[in-house]
Amino acid sequence: MRNSLIILACLLSMLLSTAHASSDKSTQALLIELTTVKLNKAIPVLKALEENDGDKMLPLFNTLLKGQLYYVKSNKDLLSIEKVDGKKEYTDVFSGEALEPLATKLTKKIRVNNKLRRFLRDSIARIQLSSSEPESREKALISLLSQLDESTINTIRSLKVNESNTSVIELMDVAIAMYALSNSAEATERLQAVRTLDGRLENEVRNLLVSTVKNEADIKVKAAAEKSLASLEDRIENYQFVNKLFFGLSLGSVLLLAAVGLAITFGVMGVINMAHGEMIMLGAYTTYVVQMMMPNAIDYSLWVAIPLAFLVSGSVGVLIERGVIRHLHGRPLETLLATFGISLILQQLVRTIFSPLNRQVESPTWMSGSLDINPVLSLTLNRLYILAFALLVFGLLLLILNRTSLGLNVRAVAQNRNMAKAMGIRTDRVDAMTFGLGSGIAGMAGVALSQLTNVGPNLGQAYIIDSFMVVVFGGVGNLWGTLVAAFTLGIANKFIEPITGAVLASIIVLVFIILFIQKRPKGLFPQKGRAAE
Amino acid sequence: MSFLNSVFSTKWLDRGDQAGSRTMPFVLLLLVVTFLASFCNLALPADSVFYVSTYTITLLGKYLCYAMLALAVDIIWGYCGILSLGHGAFFALGGYAMGMYLMRQIGDRGVYGNPELPDFMVFLNWTELPWFWQGMDQFWVAMVMVALVPGLLAYVFGWLAFRSRVTGVYLSIITQALTYALLLSFFRNEMGFGGNNGLTDFKDILGFSLQEDSTRIGLFITTALMLSLVLIASHAILKSRFGKVIVAIRDGEDRARFIGYRTERYKVWLFVYSAVIAGVAGALYVPQVGIINPGEFSPVNSIEIVIWVAVGGRGTLIGAVIGAILVNYAKTRFTAIMPDGWLFALGALFVLVTLYLPKGIMGLFDQFNERRNKNKAVDVQETAS
Amino acid sequence: MSIIDSALDNTRETFRRDQVWSFLKEKEVSVDVSHQIILYIEGLSVSFDGFKALNDMNLYINDGELRCLIGANGAGKTTLMDVITGKTQCDEGSVYFGQTHNLLEKDEAEISQLGIGRKFQKPTVFEAHTVLDNLELSLKTNKGVIPTLLARLSSTEILKIDEVLETIGLKDHRMMLAGSLSHGQKQWLEIGMLLVSEPRLLLVDEPVAGMTAQETEHTAELLKSLAGDHTVVVVEHDMEFVRSIAKTVTVLHQGSVLAEGTMDEVQNNAAVREVYLGDES
Ligand SMILES: Nc1ncnc2c1ncn2[C@@H]1O[C@H](COP(=O)(O)OP(=O)(O)O)[C@@H](O)[C@H]1O
Ligand SMILES: [Mg+2]
Repeated sequence: MRNSLIILACLLSMLLSTAHASSDKSTQALLIELTTVKLNKAIPVLKALEENDGDKMLPLFNTLLKGQLYYVKSNKDLLSIEKVDGKKEYTDVFSGEALEPLATKLTKKIRVNNKLRRFLRDSIARIQLSSSEPESREKALISLLSQLDESTINTIRSLKVNESNTSVIELMDVAIAMYALSNSAEATERLQAVRTLDGRLENEVRNLLVSTVKNEADIKVKAAAEKSLASLEDRIENYQFVNKLFFGLSLGSVLLLAAVGLAITFGVMGVINMAHGEMIMLGAYTTYVVQMMMPNAIDYSLWVAIPLAFLVSGSVGVLIERGVIRHLHGRPLETLLATFGISLILQQLVRTIFSPLNRQVESPTWMSGSLDINPVLSLTLNRLYILAFALLVFGLLLLILNRTSLGLNVRAVAQNRNMAKAMGIRTDRVDAMTFGLGSGIAGMAGVALSQLTNVGPNLGQAYIIDSFMVVVFGGVGNLWGTLVAAFTLGIANKFIEPITGAVLASIIVLVFIILFIQKRPKGLFPQKGRAAE
Repeated sequence: MSFLNSVFSTKWLDRGDQAGSRTMPFVLLLLVVTFLASFCNLALPADSVFYVSTYTITLLGKYLCYAMLALAVDIIWGYCGILSLGHGAFFALGGYAMGMYLMRQIGDRGVYGNPELPDFMVFLNWTELPWFWQGMDQFWVAMVMVALVPGLLAYVFGWLAFRSRVTGVYLSIITQALTYALLLSFFRNEMGFGGNNGLTDFKDILGFSLQEDSTRIGLFITTALMLSLVLIASHAILKSRFGKVIVAIRDGEDRARFIGYRTERYKVWLFVYSAVIAGVAGALYVPQVGIINPGEFSPVNSIEIVIWVAVGGRGTLIGAVIGAILVNYAKTRFTAIMPDGWLFALGALFVLVTLYLPKGIMGLFDQFNERRNKNKAVDVQETAS
Repeated sequence: MSIIDSALDNTRETFRRDQVWSFLKEKEVSVDVSHQIILYIEGLSVSFDGFKALNDMNLYINDGELRCLIGANGAGKTTLMDVITGKTQCDEGSVYFGQTHNLLEKDEAEISQLGIGRKFQKPTVFEAHTVLDNLELSLKTNKGVIPTLLARLSSTEILKIDEVLETIGLKDHRMMLAGSLSHGQKQWLEIGMLLVSEPRLLLVDEPVAGMTAQETEHTAELLKSLAGDHTVVVVEHDMEFVRSIAKTVTVLHQGSVLAEGTMDEVQNNAAVREVYLGDES
């Protein structure tokens, strides 16, 4: 009975407001009126503004609600003044642009009282809820869940009548049920509300259920809430597991990209390339430079950067092989030292050319944002793309090694260098190509990394030890081993992290690998036979 | 002179063709230079031409610590073929042990004036000393720790690694991982070693103020004496049959096993010996530079040590010492003139030495000697005919 | 006074220079050969990635005999020695040294200290050491870390080394680096290293490869003279050489024993003729 009355009142007021909207004052005039109107006459002005230009008024209403709306005395211009760390910040209300500071006496605050605040809140909800995009309506509803009061619920109820999108309707039901659960005097209604809420994953629902379990007097309702809460927590846990798994896979894909090139050079040529990290860094800087050159086409820049990074890092790799590594054949420890020297030079070179500061590489729009599966689980797109990219690169590499003549030669050299030479394979060319390939892939890894972190001269350093761990853990010369090792380590890291913190997690993983190598010196998937000795 | 001859020309040194034979004369030279420099600092007026400033003395002391560290790496890399990329860790651990002692000596002269707790612990709101800081106010306890902690770590690590026959680049990589793991650990405040900032603001050692010239000279001379001692001891050890086994392991570990040597035990003990030397070097380093922080664990530092050894010439003991002093001197000069250039130079050094100077400066020296001897021989022949 | 005297005497006794402290002495190992057999190999199988290098092999070596193993390349001769000396793990079977020492439980160093010496197919000497040092390292002594650190060559050891140097003809090269020896000289040095270690059992893999006819003869003499005090197992392809030294020959084929007996018996064995000497007849 009471509800229907409320609906009636609401409808009436809506009718009234539409009637009022016929006031043909322009928005501009209304805004000026806002600065002069008395506090108790402000609601009609605000209502008129809402009717005229709903969407655009959101920032204004929000500023006013926070009590930060001011106007310039001389020309009645509206502006927002916010105190941040004791300093006043002046911004334009609508565009959010920073403004020149003004003397305090030149501006005057537009005051609000509780009545006005309530009106503003409802009005904001109304504006948001009547947005034309179902997604923004959903978002608005979700943001409203934590601050439900009677008038909001009334608004929601009235809008629900005309709503057509099912997920929005569901959310509306959730809001109404939540309100009922916390405010209804009838146990049956509350029970019904708990039923409606069952299976929702929103954080607010969970909080409400928790407090219901704590405060509810009715046994039935309490039991139902307890049951829903338990199943809710179960599901949240499952989704968090999936979330961790995703982050683990994401870290694993980065490790895979970083390590797979190393796996080739180390596995095939037995060469420890300490400059491998710098090949990654070069790839990342290539991305940066490409973006600098085509600032208006950031969305496409990656398609240019990927092959270019491959070429840049690859040719530097070939140069290193031809110039240094070739001369150190069969002396792995010396190779390690020489390539370390090269890594120092490359780092310093980049520092000299691009400055030692980190550079920000922009993400193309199609890579930003996330895939929201439900309120607990959302997968960021860039990580998703990088995961796919890593697998793609890995697949391509397998293809090259197993299906092309280069691959055949590479495998022949890996198994028996002298025999391959005797068969007429030009091992030095194969070496150079292999090294170029490994370095080129590192370059592509750099492109991917530039989408996740800042680009700086030390970028490579951060990944080199981890990459080594992956290769050694997986077993040298075994690409599948590298794949398994990368994902295992990535996932392990992300699962230990919440328990111990990030630093301790990497320490634990490192120590684990150190101990693991003692047990299985040849890694997870060792090469067998006399060739391995 | 005949006295010196009788002391230093004992039979076991008399192997003119071997690089190690230069150890004794070198030690002598080292000591002479040390005492001369100290004398010139203490006895001469500051405006004299021969005056050596305290700054220089401290710098020299630092170089000698590095030399000792290089020696530690040379012993295992040059003689046993174990390329450790984590020796900086042992150096840092020794340094931290000394740093803890120096920290306790500050007493209530710290910023917070807490007689018991070092400043950083007060800052972290700790109320009592962690167990591993107990007793570190005793000099002898600290000195035992300087040797014990690196030695123990080396023993456990070496025992695990060598027993399962991890060798070559694999070993290098996991030593690097070891120091990296320690780096990450020591950055954590919870570890109780001052986190990021490390240990610093030391006041005095054994009651002598670290600001005094005389203390600095004392530390410098101690370092030189320690280095000499280690040089002589290492020389003796490597010339013994134990040393021969070590070289045999380097050149053919399997073969050494087949004639009955438990090679892993030899390697472990040599590794421990080397780690202890590194620890002692770290302990001498800290009071002279006045700070120890987690940066010492950084893998790059450890690799740098290797290049000192490579430049000097590995497997020659004094080569490592010479290499460390030369490279660090160059670093000091270089960073003063053009700071950006140093990493280029260091990088180039890595490449050039491995490519063109595999035996280092000592190798060059030997080559030169050989050529001269040959020329002499030719001369002798010519005069004879 | 007498207490001090006796203490002094005790001290003197402890530090007598003509003897070695007991803890520095190597432990004598006893090999139980009460059944006249020094090496038992039973049911031994080794496989590499499914390929059976040794296949259910049974072989018994008598104490003090000189035994030759022959067989085509890849028959598993070297692999057999690898298993005996602890280099390669076997899949199944047992290898006993005497009645009591289970070799499969021991590592290379232990096996060597039991008194099993080996000469490799490819000569391996310590190239950075002098000939003298190579021999010194191979001496039969306590090979623990501390004893080795304190070790000095005793006069008997020097005599022993001199004797061996004489035998292997490297007397004038004693201070030469092993790395600069010729291939044949390295072979000899390796034989020398085997000799100074005074093993109970010698495993010799292709000793005469790279030697002149004269040297081969010399080796044959040497091996024959060793038999009796020592047990010698020789792998060799050179049939002349085998004929000149062997009383008993064992033929291996595809990882198991094909035939065993005197050279003549073996040569007349039908199975051997078929698979190994087939093309010679
Ligand atoms: N470590 C190993 N890995 C793979 N195969 C091996 C290994 N060792 C030996 N083999 C194989 O076992 C067989 C026996 O080898 P070997 O014992 O060396 O023969 P031989 O009788 O000529 O000395 C050969 O076919 C060889 O290829
Ligand atoms: Mg063979």
